[in-house]
Amino acid sequence: MLPEAHPRQVHRRRAPRRTHGPAGSAAPTRIRTRLPILISFGALLTVSLLALALGRFDVPVGHVAQILVGGDLGADTIAPTERNVVLLVRMPRVLLAALVGGGLALGGAALQAIFRNPLVSPEIIGVSAGASFGGALALLLGLGPVLLVGGSFACGLLALALVFLITSGRGGTPLLMLVLGGVVTGSFFSALVALVTYLADPFTTLPAIVFWLLGSIAGATPGQVLVALGPILLGTFVVLALRWRINVLSLGDDDAAALGLRPRLLRWVVLTSVALIVAGAVAVSGVISWVGLVIPHLARMWVGPDNRVLLPVSVLLGGAFLIVVDTVARSLTAGEIPLGVLTALIGAPVFFVLLRRHRDRIWDSA
Amino acid sequence: MPDSGGPDSGGPDGGVTDGGVTDSGVSDSGGPLLQLRQVGFGYPGRPLVFRDVSLHLPDGSITAVLGPNGSGKTTLVRCAAGLLPVHRGSVHRRTAVGYVPQARGSSFAYRAFDMVLMGRARHVQVFRTPGAGDRAAALLAMERVGIAALRDRSFSTLSGGEQQLVLIARAVAAETSLLILDEPSTGLDLKNQVRVLRLLRELAADGMGLLLSTHEPDHALYLADTVVLLHPGQAQVGPAAELLTEVSLSRLYGVRVSVVAYVDSRIGSTDGSTHSSANDSAPRSTIVTHYDDSATVRHGEGTA
Repeated sequence: MLPEAHPRQVHRRRAPRRTHGPAGSAAPTRIRTRLPILISFGALLTVSLLALALGRFDVPVGHVAQILVGGDLGADTIAPTERNVVLLVRMPRVLLAALVGGGLALGGAALQAIFRNPLVSPEIIGVSAGASFGGALALLLGLGPVLLVGGSFACGLLALALVFLITSGRGGTPLLMLVLGGVVTGSFFSALVALVTYLADPFTTLPAIVFWLLGSIAGATPGQVLVALGPILLGTFVVLALRWRINVLSLGDDDAAALGLRPRLLRWVVLTSVALIVAGAVAVSGVISWVGLVIPHLARMWVGPDNRVLLPVSVLLGGAFLIVVDTVARSLTAGEIPLGVLTALIGAPVFFVLLRRHRDRIWDSA
Repeated sequence: MPDSGGPDSGGPDGGVTDGGVTDSGVSDSGGPLLQLRQVGFGYPGRPLVFRDVSLHLPDGSITAVLGPNGSGKTTLVRCAAGLLPVHRGSVHRRTAVGYVPQARGSSFAYRAFDMVLMGRARHVQVFRTPGAGDRAAALLAMERVGIAALRDRSFSTLSGGEQQLVLIARAVAAETSLLILDEPSTGLDLKNQVRVLRLLRELAADGMGLLLSTHEPDHALYLADTVVLLHPGQAQVGPAAELLTEVSLSRLYGVRVSVVAYVDSRIGSTDGSTHSSANDSAPRSTIVTHYDDSATVRHGEGTA
């Protein structure tokens, strides 16, 4: 039933605008879906390897490979320092960056699909603000790293529960109520964060809170990786497994219901999964913005709107993107630039350029 | 899970019940494909849009819903499809329903084939993506509707008529034997109207039951065995031949309408092809609306 193999269009990016969607739709289905995923996966692997090698202490890529594989690949001997830098210092950061970046990009892509709105990013459902408050409060009270992560995670999910309470009443348009619920909840928790920073001791806890809020994975430890692993992987798994159902849901509640889905239930499953991801990400890395907005758009320009391809590609590119940004953050200066600042500094101009070049295709509504 | 409430979600302005077919459930027992018993619906705080609509839809038959703007045509077909809860009476469906909404742009530029593939949602397990069998069914549905050539086009670049055909193909791909369509011919040019109407008759000839709303008495005359006339506050249900009369249509729309007999009713002669299957039971009359003192005849004129 598959169509005959067509030669893949090589220059479609440059070709004059045609009536097709951006996905190079003449290509056979299998290549169309698998090639971008493979390329993104390759990009993630390459970037990870480079990130382990690069930094203020230089480790040759060959040595990195040797350390990772564990055997004797070349004649070079590996200095213990190199091994420590790669495995204990850089590896947790790379893993954490991949988890957080991939998770946030996936969350953004999934939310853009179910809200049918290009301006949506994971912050829209108020979970980031909730998690920020939890973490800031833990820092204010000096509760230590375990409760910092735990409080942040718990408050993130609490925010989602509030959004659910706000939207669960009778009547109203579900999507609009959801956006309003997210905005209300987000504003409320942002105010609480402001209150916490106001109450904080300006010489001790205030700087800690401010730097944590700026977003960073500088202090990444294997323990943090483990903490983030559970919720982010769980949420990612569920959202990816639902990727085709999310296509159907993106047609709107009416169509989805007519096609036999339960749109509200499905939407809440996706929202809860995204909340798990976001709460887990904020808990270990603070608020890292832009990844969830820029990466899904980039990926959509490349592979089109089909979530069967878009969601896996978003995960892989999001992970690669944050690894790059984190590597830049720790390589450029001795004092690290907070990650949340850099993602915005890099993300905003990149997004601007893309918007200028693809403004007609940015969303592909009629 | 957060979403246990059934009909509570059917608020004003088109909230949707989650369980598409939960109002009275799908019964496996025999009987008509679709049965409405004294159904009434109203938005909160307002009088019922319609009341006491009873009809049953056997296999292979077509029922058309007619009525002026605001009379509740769309509401009625949405109730019948289970997308809105009814406030009075009951709705029974023997099978799952394929629902065709009015064509309108989609936010995302999915390929036409991927749109049709989504008709397979009932057949694809929750955590799975469509398999080879589903792709084959979707392709078959596109061929059935005659739009296989559009498969790689982006849905948002299709014309209104093509979009409507894609949505019908999507419902066909669901492989249900009950099809409910909301104004399937609205906004289409004559050629596409003919295409859609002919397709719907073919589907009914294959044994599917169709319920559709329409603004065109002509189309009801061509398609329907049974018609529902939605007068404000009350509904008339009966055989098309009995209800589509000058008196009842004039009363329904408040304008003067004539029913004119003519000989050759070959709808579809616009593109010159022959369609024996669709012509066998073609109607012998057409409906004429009087715009002023002189009559304006729609298709059919000149072939008499």
